[in-house]
Amino acid sequence: MDGIHDMGGRQGFGQVRYTRKAPAFHADWEVRVNSLYALAVRLGIFNMDEYRHAIERMEPGHYLTASYYERSLTSLATLLVEKGIVSLEELERRAEGSFPLAAPSAPGRTNAAARERFKPGDRVRVRLDFVPGHIRMPGYIRGKAGVVVGESPAYPFPDAHAHAIAAQDEPTYDVRFRSEDLWPNSADPALIHVGVFQSYLERIA
Amino acid sequence: MTMPDKDIVVKRTASVERRLDAIQSVFDERGMKATQTVEELRHLGEEEWGRNGARVVARAWVDPAFRARLLANGKDAVAELGASMPKHHRHLVVLENTPKVQNVICCTLCSCTAFTIIGLPPDWYKDLAYRSRVVRESRTVLKGMGLDLPAEVEIRVWDTTADTRYMVLPEQPPATLGWPEEKLASIVSRDSLIGVERL
Repeated sequence: MDGIHDMGGRQGFGQVRYTRKAPAFHADWEVRVNSLYALAVRLGIFNMDEYRHAIERMEPGHYLTASYYERSLTSLATLLVEKGIVSLEELERRAEGSFPLAAPSAPGRTNAAARERFKPGDRVRVRLDFVPGHIRMPGYIRGKAGVVVGESPAYPFPDAHAHAIAAQDEPTYDVRFRSEDLWPNSADPALIHVGVFQSYLERIA
Repeated sequence: MTMPDKDIVVKRTASVERRLDAIQSVFDERGMKATQTVEELRHLGEEEWGRNGARVVARAWVDPAFRARLLANGKDAVAELGASMPKHHRHLVVLENTPKVQNVICCTLCSCTAFTIIGLPPDWYKDLAYRSRVVRESRTVLKGMGLDLPAEVEIRVWDTTADTRYMVLPEQPPATLGWPEEKLASIVSRDSLIGVERL
């Protein structure tokens, strides 16, 4: 989905609030959220792709105003309700207030019918795929050309794995793009590398 | 003026702490050992994980054979030092800085990091400003964070969009040549492993 989570290249955000040795957590409840979603993954209640997708499904206004760990909390609660571990009513009764969840999921998809093995140096293009469900292709590379610089082991295919759809594991390719190709006349010169699933790529002859 | 037939009940959104308490109590009541898990993360996240990356870098600086193995297969090489990665982190790519190349890692879609190696990601890494800007305005963003790179240094950004994890291998400062490994590890910062700081 072309969701609000897909931040790469969006304009208007200001200075990074950088401090050296910045903490990962600012409050104790944040440590607890992080532990609990990780526990749910270890217990097999949901997988990381489902977890990420439930964050992406948050209403955009909520996503942008929630802190990082509130997004984490919302995903965790959404999936616990969707998996039947607890009802929304029970959560709201225990929390003594309303408990906003993410929006329902749209359909996912399985691997592309035609997939090709690439090797470093191959020129590739990112397919013009528009999908309503989960996808790990940042919008800024869609339709763009780049060069393969590396291949990963096979991973679960996220477009399927986030939706409990059967699919084959497939490798990702680290693809090198030029920032000037991604945002012509509107980027600092740099090489931008993205881990791109095999199903998202086609060869440039 | 007529009154509405029914009272409209507007429930206030519960605070994040109350929402979390609700979930944690559900976990505990169902025997899922939530409280114990929280204590484990406190220890691992704040103490052990943060040191792994520095130990790896220090070893790579003093041991060329290890450095070669680290660049060829990061996950196997860090395991030699007893550093493990979660099951879904199946691949670790180590990115070598040179006088002419600065590597920087990010996750524009969420917050993915090799957290058992680098440590849990700092707040700014997960912020919308870093995620949106570092791919498009890399040099400007780095400068704003205190890393003003000479024009001849090429910037290579790595967006962690899959289950491959990345770690930057910073250059060893010349003044530290010959130092013992443990002392070298003490100068390797988390931010240098992300690539927003040079040592």
